[in-house]
Formats: sequence, C-alpha cells, structure tokens
Amino acid sequence: MTFELSQFSAALLFALCASTVFGITQRQTPRDMMRYGAYCFSLFVAGVIAASWVMWFIKH
Amino acid sequence: MANARNTSAAPAKATPDTSTAVYIVTLSAWLIPGLGHILQKRYVRGVLLMLAVCVMFFAGLGMQGKVYSFNTGDLLDILGFVGDIGAGVLYFLARAMDWGAGNIHRAVADYGTKYIVVAGLLNVVAVVDAYHIAIGKKQ
Repeated sequence: MTFELSQFSAALLFALCASTVFGITQRQTPRDMMRYGAYCFSLFVAGVIAASWVMWFIKH
Repeated sequence: MANARNTSAAPAKATPDTSTAVYIVTLSAWLIPGLGHILQKRYVRGVLLMLAVCVMFFAGLGMQGKVYSFNTGDLLDILGFVGDIGAGVLYFLARAMDWGAGNIHRAVADYGTKYIVVAGLLNVVAVVDAYHIAIGKKQ
C-alpha cells in the first residue's frame, strides 16, 4: 500500500499527530491539553508557511 | 532550640513508586502505543496517543519510508534505529513483515522515513507521560 501526499499535506499530517502527542503529554488538564495542542499545531503550520516563503525568496 | 529543631517532625520525602505495576505500565506503554494510559483509565488520552503514533507510523510506511534495522555503521543510521524502535510492537511488526524497505527514487519516501522515526520518538514521550502518571507525578 502506497499513497502520495503533497509536501504541504504531509506537513499538516505531521503537525496534527505531533501536536496531539505534545498536547496530551505536556499539560495536566484536558482544557490546557487542547489549548497547547492547538498552539503547537498553529506554530507548526506557521513555521511551514514561513519556511516556504523563505525558500521562495532564496530561489528568486 | 537545637533540641526543638531536632525533634520537630521532618516532612516525609516523596519516594517514587517503583512497584511492579509501574514497570508493567511503562513496558506496555512502549510496546503498544497508548496502552499505558488506557491501563491507567485515561481512555481518551490513550486512544488519541495510539491513533497519533499509529497513523504516523503507517503513513510513513505508506510513503515507502525506510525502517532501520540494528546496525553499527553510520551514526545517523544508528540514531534512526533508536528512533524506530521507540514505536514498540509496530517496529517489530514492520521488521517481521519485511515492510519499510525504503525507496530512494521517490522524494516523499524520505518524508516517510522521518515519519517512522518521529512516530517512535513520540511514543517515547508518551511512555514517559504514562510513567509520570503511574508514579503520581501527573494526574
């Protein structure tokens, strides 16, 4: 079984799984877990978009 | 004064719980992702951890990522093996079924390799969390 993911969707899946684990393991209460997970996810996605623009500017 | 200081009751030191149950929880958390939390009645957390690690591991395999075998060669290969084996039974299953041969002709296969390594590392984080719950450091 093989499947193709675009680079962005691969990064999104990575961010979703990693932020789920970070949220659960790094905070004590369910509310804090959800907030920290969402925070990590948004940082992952923002980092991906920022890195993409940096690479675009380097190329052009 | 000195006597009063000596006779005053000192606060009891918190000793870590090293009972067999802690070892069983820790070992099961490593072998099957999320099971350490499920055994301690944290069902939602356990299922979410299991999903996150398994999705990442099998997505990595689906992208034709490489599963490292035990080796004493290149340092990055050794570290890759250390990361992979963190996934517990998923790693042994992949080795037994001969999955994860890798494909150097596809760029996305390199992502798959990283997915598999990170799935193992995330499971190690989950194991430490299950251990902290077992010894009472976390609720």
